[in-house]
Amino acid sequence: MTTLRDDLKRLGSVKAPRGFADRLLAHVGMADSYARFNTVLGPVYVAWNRNGVSAAARMASAHEFEAWFRKDVGRQLAPAAAPPDLAEKITDELHGSRRLRFDLRGLTPFEQAVLRKTLEIPRGEVRPYGWIAREIGHPAAVRAVGSALANNPIPYFIPCHRVVRTDGKIGNYGGGGPDAKRSILTMEGVQLKRLEEFAHHGYRYEGVRTTRVFCLPTCYQGKAANERNVVRFHDEAEARAAGYRPCKHCRPAAA
Amino acid sequence: MEAREKVFERMVHEHQDRIFALGFALTGNRHDAEEVAQDTFLRAYRALVTYPPERIRDLKQSAWLHRIALNVVRNRVRGVKPQLVELNGSEPDRSAGPEEDVMRRADMVALAARVAGLPPRFREAVVLHHVQELSYDEAAAALGQPVGTVKANVHRGLKLLRGGDDDNSQG
Repeated sequence: MTTLRDDLKRLGSVKAPRGFADRLLAHVGMADSYARFNTVLGPVYVAWNRNGVSAAARMASAHEFEAWFRKDVGRQLAPAAAPPDLAEKITDELHGSRRLRFDLRGLTPFEQAVLRKTLEIPRGEVRPYGWIAREIGHPAAVRAVGSALANNPIPYFIPCHRVVRTDGKIGNYGGGGPDAKRSILTMEGVQLKRLEEFAHHGYRYEGVRTTRVFCLPTCYQGKAANERNVVRFHDEAEARAAGYRPCKHCRPAAA
Repeated sequence: MEAREKVFERMVHEHQDRIFALGFALTGNRHDAEEVAQDTFLRAYRALVTYPPERIRDLKQSAWLHRIALNVVRNRVRGVKPQLVELNGSEPDRSAGPEEDVMRRADMVALAARVAGLPPRFREAVVLHHVQELSYDEAAAALGQPVGTVKANVHRGLKLLRGGDDDNSQG
């Protein structure tokens, strides 16, 4: 009976389910997993692996996110059910408490340094590109800082939206353009109008008369002061000449 | 370590269909087949990371994976069902497979179920020789049995599948 043998042979031609290999590789830690999360920013696709969260993006579809991830991060990716505590951690992270672990492998040491420094900027505050450059020991590499932030694979979580131009313009944003950047900063409590007006007049620092300390605008130290006691400075020399010292929290000037 | 992971990744892509088909024929349904395939590769991975490079290089991957898969299935039916990892997001695949081209899906499942219903020694022999198309020598090596035994079991298994030999059932 040849048909039975033929049928058995065909039984051997069944294919593994779609995504089988990727799920398996994700399980042994050789590919990343991802899921869609509803966040304060709306739905966000988030990828993770054993080393931490590896990418995030607001995309129209899972397909788009997968394509972007494979191209930009360069690893395999498989849809997955999120670990039970991840959604909560993501919410906390976006509200400014608790820190997720991040997987920044695949980025250059310079890019990693930029992103790690960016993580230090508190919610509700902003820093200029030049500040990051100086803090990581490459004061001249302001443009490179901009590029590194533009390539941030984990926007929102690594808050590249908190890095703005020194001239008070908000600057571009890889996580959805300048408008997205504005809305996220507003949500975090940054007074953009005040910030822009401040910079527009050529000011860079705010000092507080009672403490004789000068800060970057939005530094919480400065914000606590009574508006009557706030003085504005165009540059560091002016502030120092007036007898002010740099804030130890926001480090507005080189020590 | 890097090199090993590359080997493993290639191995998964190269053998996933064969091992899944093996699991399908041995268990009779796609869900169990996926669990068997998963567990087979996870065991392979755990073994691979402990192997010295020469051993990995000389590994006959297909035969090795077949042996692991047979053990996985045997352990399941023995009732010591291993803690099969529910891979995240793993869902039974209900999409139409390419096998529909050659055989109706329902027929395929029915046949797999019939094969899975054979007593283990006949089932293993039939599946290795007729489904996976291993030679008698290869099947004997995978099963750790003499070639003659395998031939007899294949023959007997086919007979049972044709429904011609119900009277003196295998004890």
